[in-house]
Amino acid sequence: MEQFVKYTGLVAPLDRANVDTDQIIPKQFLKSIKRTGFGPNLFDEWRYLDEGFPGQDNEKRPKNPDFVLNKPRYQGASVLLTRRNFGCGSSREHAPWALMDFGFRAIIAPSYADIFYNNCFKNGLLPIVLPEATVDGLFKAEAANTDFQLTIDLANQQVITPDGQAIGFEIDEFRKHCLLNGLDEIGLTLQQGDAIREYESRRRAAEPWIFQEPQQQ
Amino acid sequence: MAGKTLYDKLWDAHLVTEREDGSALIYIDRQIIHEVTSPQAFEGLRLAGRQPWRSGASVATIDHNVPTTPFNNASDIVDDTSRIQVQTLQDNTRQFGITEYGIGDVRQGIVHVMAPEQGAVLPGMTVVCGDSHTSTNGALGCLAHGIGTSEVEHVLATQTLVAQKMKNMQVRVEGDLGPGVTAKDVVLHIIGVIGTAGGNGHAIEFAGSAIRSLSLEGRMTVCNMSIEAGARAGMVAVDDTTIDYVRGRPFAPKGADWDKAEAYWRGLVSDADAEFDTLIEIDAADIRPQVSWGTSPEMVVPVDGLLPDPADEADEVKRSGMERAYQYMGLKPGIKTSDIQLDRVFIGSCTNSRIEDLRAAAQVAKGHKKADSVKQVLVVPGSGLVKQQAEQEGLDKIFIEAGFEWRQPGCSMCLAMNPDRLQPGEHCASTSNRNFEGRQGNGGRTHLVSPAMAAAAAVAGHFVDIRDLAPADQTA
Repeated sequence: MEQFVKYTGLVAPLDRANVDTDQIIPKQFLKSIKRTGFGPNLFDEWRYLDEGFPGQDNEKRPKNPDFVLNKPRYQGASVLLTRRNFGCGSSREHAPWALMDFGFRAIIAPSYADIFYNNCFKNGLLPIVLPEATVDGLFKAEAANTDFQLTIDLANQQVITPDGQAIGFEIDEFRKHCLLNGLDEIGLTLQQGDAIREYESRRRAAEPWIFQEPQQQ
Repeated sequence: MAGKTLYDKLWDAHLVTEREDGSALIYIDRQIIHEVTSPQAFEGLRLAGRQPWRSGASVATIDHNVPTTPFNNASDIVDDTSRIQVQTLQDNTRQFGITEYGIGDVRQGIVHVMAPEQGAVLPGMTVVCGDSHTSTNGALGCLAHGIGTSEVEHVLATQTLVAQKMKNMQVRVEGDLGPGVTAKDVVLHIIGVIGTAGGNGHAIEFAGSAIRSLSLEGRMTVCNMSIEAGARAGMVAVDDTTIDYVRGRPFAPKGADWDKAEAYWRGLVSDADAEFDTLIEIDAADIRPQVSWGTSPEMVVPVDGLLPDPADEADEVKRSGMERAYQYMGLKPGIKTSDIQLDRVFIGSCTNSRIEDLRAAAQVAKGHKKADSVKQVLVVPGSGLVKQQAEQEGLDKIFIEAGFEWRQPGCSMCLAMNPDRLQPGEHCASTSNRNFEGRQGNGGRTHLVSPAMAAAAAVAGHFVDIRDLAPADQTA
């Protein structure tokens, strides 16, 4: 996993609440068996005027000029500013994969859906939670300034505005540690293999039916 | 000290280790696998040279991509990318020694229909799947929730999940449900009350006399849509209904193990003095048959209500969401649900494709024909076994006589990954779970309803209040 330490990037505002993962990456693109290549189809139904399908030359498709990511001022954006309950709906990890593949490294919103929030951390994408009023303030500041960039300092848990204002945010310690160090969670868990085996033998004695294998049926 | 909730008990029973930072490692008893969210997980195992921790803990089937017209081999799937996913699952399960109910197996079906049907999900288990509707399985008194693909790989490799304990929410629905009011209406009503983010960060226990009166299938419908209320996990405490459902299923314990299991399972209820972080109380008498009008599952109205006016919404963010939804749906505030003209009807999905759902739809459809204005009515059973049962009961004939199409099991038009989909601008009465923009096909407009309401709408060409039909056509 990619490390996330300190990062400065252009902000793109997506002024909608309850953006669901079907919108972030529509189902026809879930047929890929890879983790990469979803970026050109991020927000496909909002971004393009025609219907998208896998294998198209996306460069040649008609773009929706009104959609935020198509506007010249947001080219190269890597911090997504959005509204409450971002990432609701389907558990598809293709959503963070698409956001990362497009170039986003961090998201700022008042709240996220649980599964999406969790999925972001597995991929080095940082979902930052800030109070609704603070997010609203960032929307206004962004609207008033072209090339609005934010610096995200994960180690110090701060979002730093262009005028130097530092806004603190909360993050779970374990997730922060994994992100700062780009750690492989499976490797970490396997270090606790003995504890897992010990737990299993206890359960096997108490609830043997849990360990009944389908092949034995 | 306060007693424990059902969720507390399930969590405690699966705790392997707690870490100083507040996260925990919990043991996963069962992983269900389908073709869409697993290929990258298996690829991850291969790249790292890892084997599954316990391959017998997983069970796989194909559902999202499969055509619902008859086919015999993966090579019959016309869409290249769908075929590759179906074949990839077959290859992966063979390589890693995981049981798969594949093409032509009568047990094949939607993951959350197949798994409980086989008894692969049992009370007291932890159950995960790379699918947000895994919450369905919580109806059996277990902790079941969706996970991402990285976690699918983590569970395959370690049989555990890094997790943080969620908060406890109880939704109590007390009283008797009126005629024509089904489990689907109960859960849509709940989402209408608490909103799509209402359950964020919580595990929901559905309780109260109205929930206890539901069949196990009905409870699955309610738990299924926990995720639409923002909660990853939904559950119902174990009672006679649970025990009767599980007994005799292929994976269920037998003999002395059964007695021991039953004794343990009976304790899987929230203690009388357990405390919940959030408690929602709902009067069953307030619940009427529901219809969703917008692009979020919280945008519901009772069938006899009028579509709401955004001008009455105080919250600015919500108001703009409603305005956008009206624009997408091509509808106007203040109209009746019966004013919505329908182009297609879909009866199926992990929410409503079990035998009692098909019975409810057939009861309404019997002796009627679909309206001429309705182009297509799809009936898609949740599994090969549900299909078989329905055919034994003659339900297929009722549907076919009514002009409905009787299909093969799969996810179908719930998310339109296979050829079953809406055309731009079409309105669909659907028994599925999500009315998001484009979910059932690019530009498609979804209205979420119960199976009986969907069948009645197919006959009339627009929504009708199921309670106004002749008593013989009503389903309780």
